[in-house]
Amino acid sequence: MPEKLYIDALREGLREEMLRDENVFIIGEDVGLYGGAFGVTKGLFQEFGEDRVKDTPISEAAIAGAAVGAALCGMRPVAEIMFFDFFTIAMDQLVNQGAKNRYMFGGKAKVPMVIRGPMGCGTGAAAQHSQSFPAVFAHFPGLKVVMPSTPYDVKGLIKASIRDDNPVVFAEHKLLYRVKGEVPEEEYIVPLGKADIKRKGKDITIVAGSIMVIRALEAAKQLEQEGIDVEVVDPRTLKPLDMGTIVDSVKKTGRVIIVEDDPMSFGWGAEVAAGIASSSAFDYLDAPIKRLAGLDIPIPYNPNLEKHAVPQVEDIVKAIKDILE
Amino acid sequence: MSLTRDKKLWMYRKMLEIRHFELEVDRLFKANMIWGTCHLSVGEEASAVGSIAALEDGDMITSTHRGHGHCLAKGGELPEMFAELLGKETGYCRGRGGSMHIADLEKGNLGANGIVGGGIPIATGAALASKMKKDGKVTLCFFGDGAANQGCFHEAVNLAAVNKLPIVYICENNLYGMSVPFRKASSVENIADRAAAYSMPGRVVDGNDVEAVYEAVKEAVDRARRGEGPSLIENKTYRWLGHSKSDANVYRTKEEIEEWKQRCPIKRYRQKLINDGAASEQELDRIEKEVEQAIQEAIEYAKNSPEPRVEDIMDGVYA
Repeated sequence: MPEKLYIDALREGLREEMLRDENVFIIGEDVGLYGGAFGVTKGLFQEFGEDRVKDTPISEAAIAGAAVGAALCGMRPVAEIMFFDFFTIAMDQLVNQGAKNRYMFGGKAKVPMVIRGPMGCGTGAAAQHSQSFPAVFAHFPGLKVVMPSTPYDVKGLIKASIRDDNPVVFAEHKLLYRVKGEVPEEEYIVPLGKADIKRKGKDITIVAGSIMVIRALEAAKQLEQEGIDVEVVDPRTLKPLDMGTIVDSVKKTGRVIIVEDDPMSFGWGAEVAAGIASSSAFDYLDAPIKRLAGLDIPIPYNPNLEKHAVPQVEDIVKAIKDILE
Repeated sequence: MSLTRDKKLWMYRKMLEIRHFELEVDRLFKANMIWGTCHLSVGEEASAVGSIAALEDGDMITSTHRGHGHCLAKGGELPEMFAELLGKETGYCRGRGGSMHIADLEKGNLGANGIVGGGIPIATGAALASKMKKDGKVTLCFFGDGAANQGCFHEAVNLAAVNKLPIVYICENNLYGMSVPFRKASSVENIADRAAAYSMPGRVVDGNDVEAVYEAVKEAVDRARRGEGPSLIENKTYRWLGHSKSDANVYRTKEEIEEWKQRCPIKRYRQKLINDGAASEQELDRIEKEVEQAIQEAIEYAKNSPEPRVEDIMDGVYA
C-alpha cells in the first residue's frame, strides 16, 4: 500500500468528493490560487475553478453563515477556517444557526456542511493560533465533531463528513499534516462514530485522539521494550462517540489513561472517563482512571514552555509506569 | 412595472391577514394561551408585503425575530402558524421552534431568526447557492435597523457585493433597536447610505406605502436576477406595539406612536384602492371578513391540535 502524507490524503478526499458530486465546493480564506494557508487545497483551484474553490474576504462569520445558507439550499459546502482558533469568530453561525436549524425548524431542514481547520500547538504560533478545542463543539447538539489522526482516517473521514447531512466540525492537528501513513489506492470511507484500535495490547488502554495518537503509539513502542503491552484506542470522532469500543478495551486491560491535546478542564477526556466509570467496565478497573491533557493556560510562545503545555511522549510513558507500579 | 388589480388586492389581503393574525396573537398572549415571548410587526405590514410581492414563487427569503409578516406574505399558512405559536405538533416546527424560528422551506422561507442579524450571512449563502446552481432565484434578506450594526451585516453584504450575488437586503427601519433610538445607535442618517461602502445601490423608501416598497424592491430584484448584484433597500416604518410582550414603551411618547398610527399602511392603501377605482368599499370589506374568518378557523385548528409527545423530544437533532 502506498504511503502518503496526511495533508495529501486529506486533499485527495476533498478532490474525490468534488469529482463525485458537483454540489460540493470549498469556501474560505486563501483557499484558491494560494492553496490554503497550510496547502490543503493546493491545486484544486486549478482543477475545479474559482467558483468551486472560492476565496473569500477575511470574514469568518460570513464564511460559516454562507456555508449554512448554501447547505440549506442543497449545496455541500466545505468551509476552511484558517486556524482553529478563528472558529470562535464564526461561532454564532455555527452553533446558533447551523447546529440548531434542523431541530428548531421541526426536523424539516438539512444542513450538510463541513467546517474544517488546523488546530494545535508545536509551531511557535502562540496563544491565538495554537489552541485545540474540538470538545467545545461536541457540547452543541446538532453538530458532529471529527478529529482524524492518520492519513488513512483523514481521507476516509473527510469523505464521510462531506456526505453526512449534518454540520460537521473537522479538526486537523497541524503537526499531523506532515505525518506519513498507508492510504489505499481504491476508494474507501471511514464512517463517523466508529473508534479504531490503533495498536492491540493487554496491559493498559490509552484513549487518545488526533496528534496524541501519534505520541501514544510512540510511548507504546518505548514501553514494549520494558515488557509493557499497551492498547491504543482512537475515538476518531468525538460526536458521535463510540464508547462501546473504549469500554471493551478497558474490560480487557483493566487500566486506562486518556490523553488529550485540549486543555484539561471540562475536556472530552472527562466525558470518556465518566462513560467508563458508569459502564460495565467499572468492575474491571484495577486502577483509577487517569487523564493527561493540556495545561489550563493559553499556549505560550517560548518553545520549551510550549512543549510543556501539552502532553509529550515522555509524559505518557511516565504516567503509564506510575499506574502500573 | 404596473401592478395588476389581482396583485393589488392580494397585497391588501396579505396586509390585513398579518394585522389580524398579530392582533389575535397579542390577544392569545394576554389570555395566557401563548407561551414565551414574541415580537409583533403591527404597523410594518407594507414592508413585508410590498417586498415579497416583488418575488417569484421559487425565490427565497430569510426573516427576523419580527417575522410573522414575512412568513405570511411568503405563502405561510395561518393554521400552521397559530399551531406553532401554541406549541402544537401540527405547527410549522412541530412546536419546537415557536414564534422566532418559523421556517417554511417548501415556500422558500429559510427561517425567522432569534439572533439579531443572524439571517444575513445565511441569506447570502442561499444567494451564493443560486449563483452556483444558476437556478435564477433571488433571495430577499430582511433585517432591522439594529441588525445593521452587527458585524455579520458588513461581512455578508461585502461578500455578496464582491461576488455579485442575486440578493436584495431589506432593512426594516422601525426607528428603535428595542429601546435605543436609531439616531443614537447609527452614525448615518439612513442605513441605505451604507450601500455606498459596498458599491451597491441603496434606496430609502416610505415603508408604509406598499406600492412604493413593491416598486423599489422589484427594481432591485430584477437587477439581482439579471446578475448585476445586490442592493440595499431601507423601508422606513414603525412598530405600533412594544418590542416584545414585556415592553412598557418608556422610551417613546404616546404622541409619536399616535402620529405613526395616522400613517397606517393598511388604511392608506384601502383609501388609495378606492380613490383609484381599483376596488369598491364593499369588495374590500368582503376581503376583511374573509380574512377574519380564516383567522378564526386557524385558531380553532391550532387549539384542537395535539401537543408534541415527550417521547419524540429527541427527534430532528440530526438528519
